[in-house]
Amino acid sequence: MRKQFVFAFLVAILALAAAACGSDEQSADTTAAGGGTGTTAADPCAKDQLTLKTPGQLTIGTDNPAFPPWFQDAKGGPWNPTKEPTKMGYEAAVAYAVAEGLGFTDDEVTWVVVPFNNIFKPGATDFDFDINQVSFSEKRAQAVDFSDSYYDVEQAVVVDKSSNYAQATSLADLKEAKLGAQIGTTSYDAILDTIQPSQQPNVYNSNDDAIRALKNGNIDGIVVDYPTSLYVTAVQAPNTVAVGRLPSAGQEYFGLVFEKDDPLRECVNQVIAKLRSDGTLDQFAQKWIEGSAPPILK
Amino acid sequence: MFAVVIVLLVSNSPGWPEVKQQFFNREFFRESLHTVPKAFLLNVKIFLVAEIFILAFALVIAVMRGLPGPVFFPLRALAVVYADLFRGVPTILVIYLLGFGVPALQLSGVPTGELFWGTAALVLVYSAYVSEVYRAGIESVHPSQSAAARSLGLSHLKTLRFVIIPQAVRRVIPPLLNDFIGLQKDTALVALLGPVEAFRQAQIDVAEDFNYTPYLVAALLFILLTIPLARFTDWLVVRDRRRQLALGGVR
Repeated sequence: MRKQFVFAFLVAILALAAAACGSDEQSADTTAAGGGTGTTAADPCAKDQLTLKTPGQLTIGTDNPAFPPWFQDAKGGPWNPTKEPTKMGYEAAVAYAVAEGLGFTDDEVTWVVVPFNNIFKPGATDFDFDINQVSFSEKRAQAVDFSDSYYDVEQAVVVDKSSNYAQATSLADLKEAKLGAQIGTTSYDAILDTIQPSQQPNVYNSNDDAIRALKNGNIDGIVVDYPTSLYVTAVQAPNTVAVGRLPSAGQEYFGLVFEKDDPLRECVNQVIAKLRSDGTLDQFAQKWIEGSAPPILK
Repeated sequence: MFAVVIVLLVSNSPGWPEVKQQFFNREFFRESLHTVPKAFLLNVKIFLVAEIFILAFALVIAVMRGLPGPVFFPLRALAVVYADLFRGVPTILVIYLLGFGVPALQLSGVPTGELFWGTAALVLVYSAYVSEVYRAGIESVHPSQSAAARSLGLSHLKTLRFVIIPQAVRRVIPPLLNDFIGLQKDTALVALLGPVEAFRQAQIDVAEDFNYTPYLVAALLFILLTIPLARFTDWLVVRDRRRQLALGGVR
């Protein structure tokens, strides 16, 4: 009994010490942040005024592998962010254009791998921004901040060429289909909201798994964003076809993802506005995302 | 006393309000109650079907492992290799390999359903573990039992069937339940192949709301299932001991 009491007493002491230490750290952080911002009246978007994870470096996050047409390695296949950087691919081009607009040179850009689902974790991030075909949504915007659109997106339905669904011309034709999508994506939401199939759609950890299931015949079709469907139908699953695009309830767009209340976002928005107005974004889209788009199913 | 200390430690930590918001949020808890329990029915279906096959198949493996004599060496070896292989490979890999790999072979006549192969993978893996449990039970029966049975003229298999296995199984009911409970959790792995079960549905809710409370709903469902099962097993064991040892009163 006595031993138990002593032990519990020690644990209680440790607990109180831990709680006290914790609050000390927190107050130290806030004073440092307070000291950093209020001092200068200079341009807050000047390169040396930016709040970055690593000063002097622009840390950008994306998933591994990063697929065409968004990222491409030297051989035209998916890119591995832990290997040599690439400027090929729509998102790669946009990322380096944004970096240039902020005043960074190419070797001041570093890449980190961020699995898609980890992007929306509330709290601090280890990237300055993430670029990974992330569609804006109100709910996501509660956890993170989005830049303005760098690509206006549509969802496409990909089916096997030899299946009945390859002849689908309307949403009603897809009602009986067993569809699949990656978890946590607007593609999955689009299935539930727009197509409203009679069977519950399958959910996969990644688009790769969904494509494998499509090839195996376990599902009739998958929903991915239109540019991704270009790579899927051309390379990953050559005997599939994008049978149509889905009408979007609102205008869906991709935005760069920032930590909540990150002042860097305003600066990046200025750069994006410039890229849009001088036609650079269109040029990139022409170069990396051509292809004749399939009809919009109604 | 210990619980008091833990509660004090947790609720006084600087991050507690945020953690409470993220993990113990009443509003999202109620929302998930609409979606996750329905998906949990799929878990129940999977483990009920799987457990029946596991109990049977594992017994076959265990018996195969114990067959005496050099003529049965191939069967014994097969049982050993099977148990080593399927206990060695992580369950998640077996599910991937069978669930995505076998349908990709496009063999005619072989079922391709994702639920089928997911459940089959679970059966194969858990039979390996349960066969070892059975083996422990069989070997724990005193050798005088099998000696007596043999002297009555019962063959090896008849001995097993009428004397050894009934005793062995009763002895290993708690470890069998252990593996059953483990199976219930591992049914969540079938979600890798596409079907939406409780954990996956919780994941979908989490991805939608950026709040982790739906995981709590799924966890509670699993706990609610485990507790009555554990108490039922305790009762089974007590009842069995009472009969076996002819105990008069309670326990």
